[in-house]
Amino acid sequence: MRKQALTDEILLSIDKPARYIGNEVNSVKKDLKDIEIRFAMCFPDVYEIGMSHLGIQILYDMFNRMEDVYCERVYSPWVDLDKIMREKQIPLFALESQDPIKEFDFLGITIQYEMCYTNILQILDLGQIPLLAKERGEEFPIVIGGGPCTYNPEPLADFFDLFYIGEGETSYFPLLEAYKENKKKGGSKLDFLKKAAQIPGIYVPSFYEVDYKEDGTILEFRPIVEEAPKSVRKEIVMDVTDTYYPRKPVVPFIKATQDRVVLEIQRGCIRGCRFCQAGMIYRPVRERSLEMLKQCAYEMLRNTGHEEISLSSLSSSDYSQLQGLVNFLIEEFKNKGVNISLPSLRIDEFSLEVMSKVQDVRKSSLTFAPEAGTQRLRDVMNKGLTEEIIIEGAGKAFDSGWNRVKLYFMLGLPTETKEDMVGIAELSDKIARRYYEIPKDQRNGKVQIVASTSFFVPKPFTPFQWSPMSTKEQFIEKAKIVKEAVKAQLNQKSIKYNWHEADLTVLEGVLARGDRKVGKVILQAYQNGCIYDSWSETFDYGKWMDAFESTGVDIDFYTTRERDLDEVFPWDFIDTGVTKEFLKREWKNAMDEKVTKNCRMGCSGCGATIFNGGVCFEN
Amino acid sequence: MKIRIKFRKNGVMKFVGHLDVMRYFQKAMRRADIDIAYSGGYSPHQVMSFAAPLGVGITSDAEYIDIEINTPITTKDALKQLNDTMVEGMEVVAFKQLPEESKIAMSIVDAADYEVCFREGYAPSGNWEEKISSFFAQEEIVVWKKTKKSEKEVDIKPLIHTISTKDGKISMQIASGSANNLKPELVIEAFANYIGFDLKEFSLLIHRKELYANIGDENQKELISLENMGEDIE
Repeated sequence: MRKQALTDEILLSIDKPARYIGNEVNSVKKDLKDIEIRFAMCFPDVYEIGMSHLGIQILYDMFNRMEDVYCERVYSPWVDLDKIMREKQIPLFALESQDPIKEFDFLGITIQYEMCYTNILQILDLGQIPLLAKERGEEFPIVIGGGPCTYNPEPLADFFDLFYIGEGETSYFPLLEAYKENKKKGGSKLDFLKKAAQIPGIYVPSFYEVDYKEDGTILEFRPIVEEAPKSVRKEIVMDVTDTYYPRKPVVPFIKATQDRVVLEIQRGCIRGCRFCQAGMIYRPVRERSLEMLKQCAYEMLRNTGHEEISLSSLSSSDYSQLQGLVNFLIEEFKNKGVNISLPSLRIDEFSLEVMSKVQDVRKSSLTFAPEAGTQRLRDVMNKGLTEEIIIEGAGKAFDSGWNRVKLYFMLGLPTETKEDMVGIAELSDKIARRYYEIPKDQRNGKVQIVASTSFFVPKPFTPFQWSPMSTKEQFIEKAKIVKEAVKAQLNQKSIKYNWHEADLTVLEGVLARGDRKVGKVILQAYQNGCIYDSWSETFDYGKWMDAFESTGVDIDFYTTRERDLDEVFPWDFIDTGVTKEFLKREWKNAMDEKVTKNCRMGCSGCGATIFNGGVCFEN
Repeated sequence: MKIRIKFRKNGVMKFVGHLDVMRYFQKAMRRADIDIAYSGGYSPHQVMSFAAPLGVGITSDAEYIDIEINTPITTKDALKQLNDTMVEGMEVVAFKQLPEESKIAMSIVDAADYEVCFREGYAPSGNWEEKISSFFAQEEIVVWKKTKKSEKEVDIKPLIHTISTKDGKISMQIASGSANNLKPELVIEAFANYIGFDLKEFSLLIHRKELYANIGDENQKELISLENMGEDIE
């Protein structure tokens, strides 16, 4: 029978015990005697969230194709089990073998959002692995960080042995080879890290030192061993068709957030919105072939038994083969009880036509992300969507029977004025007015418009990385202005306005553009008892504020401060292909309210051509 | 075509709850390429129903699902196709065609066999086994039964068909289903009470052995296992 790391008594006294037993359909079982490298792959959040992440499924499949590597999964125990594991000193284990992760060769942690940082410490702590890399001896696993937040790894530098910057499909091969070779030679962890530092995309934080100026900004960031390069270029897979993609993804027993087959149709985005980190760091756009996606859809549905398939990308409408793919999915699977879900589609004739085929018009809603309330501010952020496009798209949809609209906006964008805030309410009202232009007897009841705002957090490697961020009080004030403005509209009863928590946003702002000094705040917050910060029921703002207080780290330095155009940023040593010169140019264009063409309309010379492929070389 | 599937649920699968087992089988049907029938509408669902939910922590040799299929398939092929996609701890042991007029299993379950033993370290001391027969010989066995609204005294004696022990294992056949449903742990609680033993949480390992329908009448019961109500498909 399968080994169980937790006793029946424990499993029967916690919520959703199936989170912790492994044994899922398509989970991989291997005989340990054939294994040279044990790799624990971690998503530091609860199982249902972690299991919904495509990146881990891709890497899990890729690693387990290697005969002598066994990759297993580990997620954050929920707070009920967390308490029991601490009391009973039960070491955190991987799901497949149920063995403690401290016995593994590697612990890879994907870092998808800033608010999981204390959960990373929870994983290490429950794993009985020292939190600080410098305190971990030879017997502990090599702790690797990956994922979007590693584009500024500095706040986490103290906790990781190395970071893998970029897409996982490439450098793990030489990295694991180097590990095996080092092990064979009887080399130390330090020997291995020196080898690793020379592999493309690998950043070993302990091989670098930072000197600060008196004002707290960086004077110099420099390597202190000769093996460490001055800058680390992100890794990227140029042929996204002939590469790894899981045909047999793991199927959870309990309902995961993403309980469906996910087809990633392309990487990157041509649009160049100036606030968007994903749109910059994943450049250039690379499309998977239609043939590959058809094959994947077929095999993945068959191997998982999922009843739904969804397309994934930053902007699906920009995928050049979209019509062919969507028509194939509808023809092939619609009559077999498979739902087809099409997020991130631009509202136009084609998308309305396919949406009416795959979903119940009466129950579904249209989604637009204008991001800002006025055209001026949309130009500042280079958001191509115009009011005309929105009203026209919504109008077409209303004429076909839709009556629900979701709108997403941001508050606190650079150059924002009261007019832009009020514009959110006005745009919502204009959409409602367009609905009521339809004669009463042809309307499908009332229109429902939900406008949501999140607060803008400047992110590294975006043109807005220089932008000051609003304070918590300013954010709340802005939300109030929008709320009042909504109330003043003619169709106020048809408009529902939601806004985001401001506490969390401020923290996210510190962590996103933080430097190495922020590491001690994260450690202190964790020691104060913070975990699951992205969950409103567990987030404790007070404990975080205590941590800032006791470590003497100034929040405003990281959030509201005006950054000099030539300031050395903590993340400048990473080379994403997109140059700092381009970002500066874009920041200036933003201030001049000048829009920049998308990649297909004209090259703006961002620098991503150095990767020699993708959209840059389409023609 | 109406089909009854019997499966076993053992090992760590006992921690997967009833609703998730349903989802598991919906996906298993697609993986195994069973041409199951769907209801109509915008979100069609498989024509599938479970005989009797099994609580988390309980293992079973006799779980039943009724389905409808569009394309006939032999029992042998269906078992192979389903078992090729099962996880450890789940095993499909029967795939039988039901007469077209059959009622769904859920509506006809009348009794169940259980095997219960004490988890290591949780058993009463002394020779408790020999007290089972005098326990069962009582005229009535009154317990406090919790309902959604209140707690009330009920006599469960008529709901216990048989009970015996062997090698530390208690075997019982008790009423099950929508009319009269008795949980095996309630029987053991009554027994513990009878011998003056303080039964602690997590004491019991419960295993369901079989589910029966009554093809006789209320006074003269004639129980038949749900499996035996269908025929193999050749």
